Amino acid sequence: MAKKSEIKLIGTVASPFVNRVQFVLNLKSIEYEYIEENLACKSELLLTSNPVHKKVPVLIHANKPPICESLIIIEYLDEIKPDVHRILPSDPLERADNRFWANYIDNKFFPLYEEMRVTPGKEGKDAIKKRIIEGSVLLEEAFIKFSRGKTYFGGDDVGYLDVVLGCFIAWTKFTEKNNEFKVFDEVRTPRLVEWVKRIWSHEAVKDVIPGNEVLVNFYMMLQKYRPPRAV
Amino acid sequence: MGEVKLFRTWSSPFALRVVWALKLKGVEYETIYEDLANKSSSLLEYNPVHKKVPVLLHNGIPICESLVILEYIDETWNEGVRFLPKDPLARATARFWAKFNDEQVFPSFFRYFMRQGEDQEKAKEKVLENLKFVEEHLKGKKFFDGEVFGFLDLVFGWLVCYPGVINKAINLKLLDEQMFPNLCTWMEQFGDVPVIKETWPDEEALIHKFHKMREGLGIYIYTKLRYEAS
Repeated sequence: MAKKSEIKLIGTVASPFVNRVQFVLNLKSIEYEYIEENLACKSELLLTSNPVHKKVPVLIHANKPPICESLIIIEYLDEIKPDVHRILPSDPLERADNRFWANYIDNKFFPLYEEMRVTPGKEGKDAIKKRIIEGSVLLEEAFIKFSRGKTYFGGDDVGYLDVVLGCFIAWTKFTEKNNEFKVFDEVRTPRLVEWVKRIWSHEAVKDVIPGNEVLVNFYMMLQKYRPPRAV
Repeated sequence: MGEVKLFRTWSSPFALRVVWALKLKGVEYETIYEDLANKSSSLLEYNPVHKKVPVLLHNGIPICESLVILEYIDETWNEGVRFLPKDPLARATARFWAKFNDEQVFPSFFRYFMRQGEDQEKAKEKVLENLKFVEEHLKGKKFFDGEVFGFLDLVFGWLVCYPGVINKAINLKLLDEQMFPNLCTWMEQFGDVPVIKETWPDEEALIHKFHKMREGLGIYIYTKLRYEAS
């Protein structure tokens, strides 16, 4: 009889926040049971595990109370298995710096993609493209600072910010195609362009990243349940 | 342990939680007050991404975002009192509620304060809904983390002062002892901690500020919030 995994992850395959947790579970070689959630019809398990937000991802470890919010889950996993592929550095200042940029990515940068989707008209969308491009330049500078000449934000291998930003790559490519512009560009953000290729093919990441069909379906669901604003 | 400076405004609850953290750890620091209508070149240099306060400067290196600053203080001055618990699950729980405060509770309270009429009634429903979760989380506990106060008490500490002062300023009551017995008891106990009691901004000055925010000057913020609110 197969041993049931101690760790369960409730998620949806299109969610970059769920993907991010999966990257870390893979990097740390933590076995887990994945439970796919239909966000259009939320399960009893999700609603009782995350009554405050009713969102994914949710991590359930053995019989303990569930853990919600992807950045919080990542730190939890790092703390319960610190000896395998450390995600956050141990120095307090480096940790603060990493956390600051994770906040920026989650609260300022990535929401611009959704803002783009719901903003009507060319002028509105162009204004958001400009903000995304400005953000990409900040992220390129952050990459230079954190990587110190190496290939990942984390240095020689994937670290916290690689996971935090890396989960948005599929949606980045989708948004680029949908809006005919480049978020990461060879002239403006050359290092991030290279980094995207590297992350995309990393062992712990490549099988988790959703395919285009998944994104298209999710996009159609968003268009239906959260339609763009009227002009 | 090096030179510490705190860039802050006199009235911000986010700055206060950093002040409490530094004082509780016995860290000596210099305060630099910022006028947000006229930001100093230092602030723009230390927080170029957000241009916001509070910013902690430790040995010339800036740390921004109050929750990030709190964890930095806890990890750097790590002998003696610790704010976050040791257990990873307890830490994850504390971080979850801290995020909930900063992303939901406080903004919903701010909206309630800034709106009028029917909009204000709707905003009130939302903030009450948020506070009910917090009330439930406090059940059976003296402080958020148990017998001793810590990280989450610092995060929610603004509740001890600001809603009460706003009520005095514009007669807008929020925390009812019948609806929120746990929160009200906690407010008394945490409010009694000397460091907390001694650092509130001047009440008269706050009342004056809240009046100004609701009148002319507040219209910009009101419009901005209304546009951004989900």
